[in-house]
Amino acid sequence: MATIEISCVEVWREISNYLEDEISPEMRERMGAHFKTCAHCSAVLDGTRNVVGLVGDGKLYQTPEGFNKRLYKKIQKLP
Amino acid sequence: MTQPGLRVSEAELIRSVCAGEREAFYELVRPYERMIYATAISVVKSPDDAEEVAQEAVLKAFSNLSGFRAESKFSTWIVQITYNEARMKLRKARRHLYESLDGQQECVDGDYWPRDFADWRPIPSELLEEDDVRQAVENAINSLSPMFREVLTLRDMQNLTIKETSTVLGISEAAVKTRLHRARLLLRDSLAPGIDGCWSKAQPYRKVRSW
Repeated sequence: MATIEISCVEVWREISNYLEDEISPEMRERMGAHFKTCAHCSAVLDGTRNVVGLVGDGKLYQTPEGFNKRLYKKIQKLP
Repeated sequence: MTQPGLRVSEAELIRSVCAGEREAFYELVRPYERMIYATAISVVKSPDDAEEVAQEAVLKAFSNLSGFRAESKFSTWIVQITYNEARMKLRKARRHLYESLDGQQECVDGDYWPRDFADWRPIPSELLEEDDVRQAVENAINSLSPMFREVLTLRDMQNLTIKETSTVLGISEAAVKTRLHRARLLLRDSLAPGIDGCWSKAQPYRKVRSW
């Protein structure tokens, strides 16, 4: 059976759920077919996946130098 | 075996602290230092304020540790305390402004249309070791409005589940998903041009956008 086509707007709406794997198998298939032929939506998917990976990489918002020492001192001073 | 082992040792540390061993508290908190700091900065934005909030949150966690119930994870519990402390600090500092913001329903209804469709040139995570790239990504996150920044920090940076994120923020899981979706697309758009259009040192200057 042919996959029912899906519009770009519908794809954008579900990009996040697609990355979280929180969509039905049928929707995943429709989106997968769309990405194969739509360079714009593929660019949106690639970029979104990339930024989610960067945010979760563990390198952002490092504690400033001396943070742990200052925190440790505060704990030491607790009554 | 590793995971249950870790949980036991955390539970043991908590028992030790409750029995009066202060050193154990520092051991307990140490793995979460960055998580606490990042949560604080996602709300208050300034590094100095974030450190102050982080310290206050840790001290509060110490005072309330005997009330900690193992139904939630320790990490989620301390993130919750940090988030509440940060919100309180923001309210004190910007009382009039923040109250008006609180009452305002920021619109997340309707579709978000991406602004940039040029082929995406991946930003490799190794580049985050370079100060200017890391700063650019942090600036892009900082420029999101608080409702998007907070949800992105908790879910995508701290790896809390949708449910845990909804508990910490006091919003529905559906709202978490909607905000997260918008936050990710906004962040993608703001990072699309890269730094001077070029993310990789290995490549000569090449515009990401074709115009």
